[in-house]
Amino acid sequence: MGGQAAGPIPTDQHDFAIWEKRVDALMVLCSIKGFFTVDGLRRALEDMGEEAFETMTYYERWMASVNQNLIEAGVYSIEELGQRMEEVAARGDTYGDAQDG
Amino acid sequence: MPHDHHDHHDHLSPSGHPFRDDNDTPLSYWQRMEIAVRELMIEKGHVSPEEIALQIDAMDARNPANGAAVVARAWTDAEFRTRLLEDASEASREMGFDIGPMRLIAVENTADVHNLIVCTLCSCYPRNLLGLPPDWYKTRAYRSRAVIEPRAVLREFGLDLADDVQLRVHDSTADMRYIVLPARPEGTDGMDEAALAALVTRDSMIGTGLPRVP
Amino acid sequence: MADLVRVKTMMPPGHVRTPAYLRGKTGVVERVLGPFGNPEKLAYMLEADKQPLYRVRFTMREIWGEAAENPEDTLDAEIYAHWLERV
Repeated sequence: MGGQAAGPIPTDQHDFAIWEKRVDALMVLCSIKGFFTVDGLRRALEDMGEEAFETMTYYERWMASVNQNLIEAGVYSIEELGQRMEEVAARGDTYGDAQDG
Repeated sequence: MPHDHHDHHDHLSPSGHPFRDDNDTPLSYWQRMEIAVRELMIEKGHVSPEEIALQIDAMDARNPANGAAVVARAWTDAEFRTRLLEDASEASREMGFDIGPMRLIAVENTADVHNLIVCTLCSCYPRNLLGLPPDWYKTRAYRSRAVIEPRAVLREFGLDLADDVQLRVHDSTADMRYIVLPARPEGTDGMDEAALAALVTRDSMIGTGLPRVP
Repeated sequence: MADLVRVKTMMPPGHVRTPAYLRGKTGVVERVLGPFGNPEKLAYMLEADKQPLYRVRFTMREIWGEAAENPEDTLDAEIYAHWLERV
């Protein structure tokens, strides 16, 4: 995107939520352990397209990319993921409630 | 057992702000995925909760003060400065910083040259030395404008470069990461490394600012 | 002696680390960085050939023309050998 027209640079800064730090940690650990490469992470991000940049936050995009790479690596299946996400949602409405007891 | 100090609501983040109280916010789709993926990875034996907690702590411990210490050493030790400019990874390790496999290049500001770092393709940043990048570094606006109108970008940050200073922009497109070695401010003779390091801001090591003056 | 190189103009899809704004531009080799795994292969978990990586310096004039914000300013980028041709 170098050289494209853009407006002023937003300077607001947020502190990272714990779930974002966990996404970051998962990303680092999984690449160290060889499940995917930094290049694969970037490639999955690029494949999400411009719209993802507009509608998703930085760590939401990273979570999507980490998952895409882990699926491709065969670490778990889409079905396993879908099933587990349903179970997580059933535990409660907040991030705190949704942690395993 | 998850590392439990992150669950205390009064725990302060390294920047001194409280963590967003996300334990009480409505669960989003991507948060559900994060929990699900983390649990699956742990259950399948690929990663442990302890490893995750340690990695979070390691990343939290990395912050611009590390880079500031490297800069202050370069300002006071001419031979270290030479080593830093030749191989910034080795020089950082020499000071005891665990930067992992990161390949770091230091680029030096002088009276005639000012450097600015950007990653237009994603948002690569020397995180293993400086910690996580600021949100603005990752914005579309910064990444697209820094390579075409860097002086306008700098003015937005309050830095007005003279016409006779050449601006060098570095787009970290591949395996290297970059840190700017700012010029030592006037009026700092006789200051020790710790005092000098306190002048070095994160933005001065990205190139969007200058060090503080004493 | 700095070598003159031109970035190839090809525009393939997929994961490439050569920014679009540099395609077809000519610069000088600022330093040779040595061989690195080809990201175009690594991104797809394919066995990666090692490609020499170069830091190439372009003037803003070269990239954006005479209307560049400051034509004498420069931009350095790391470009893989298979994206460069000698001038």
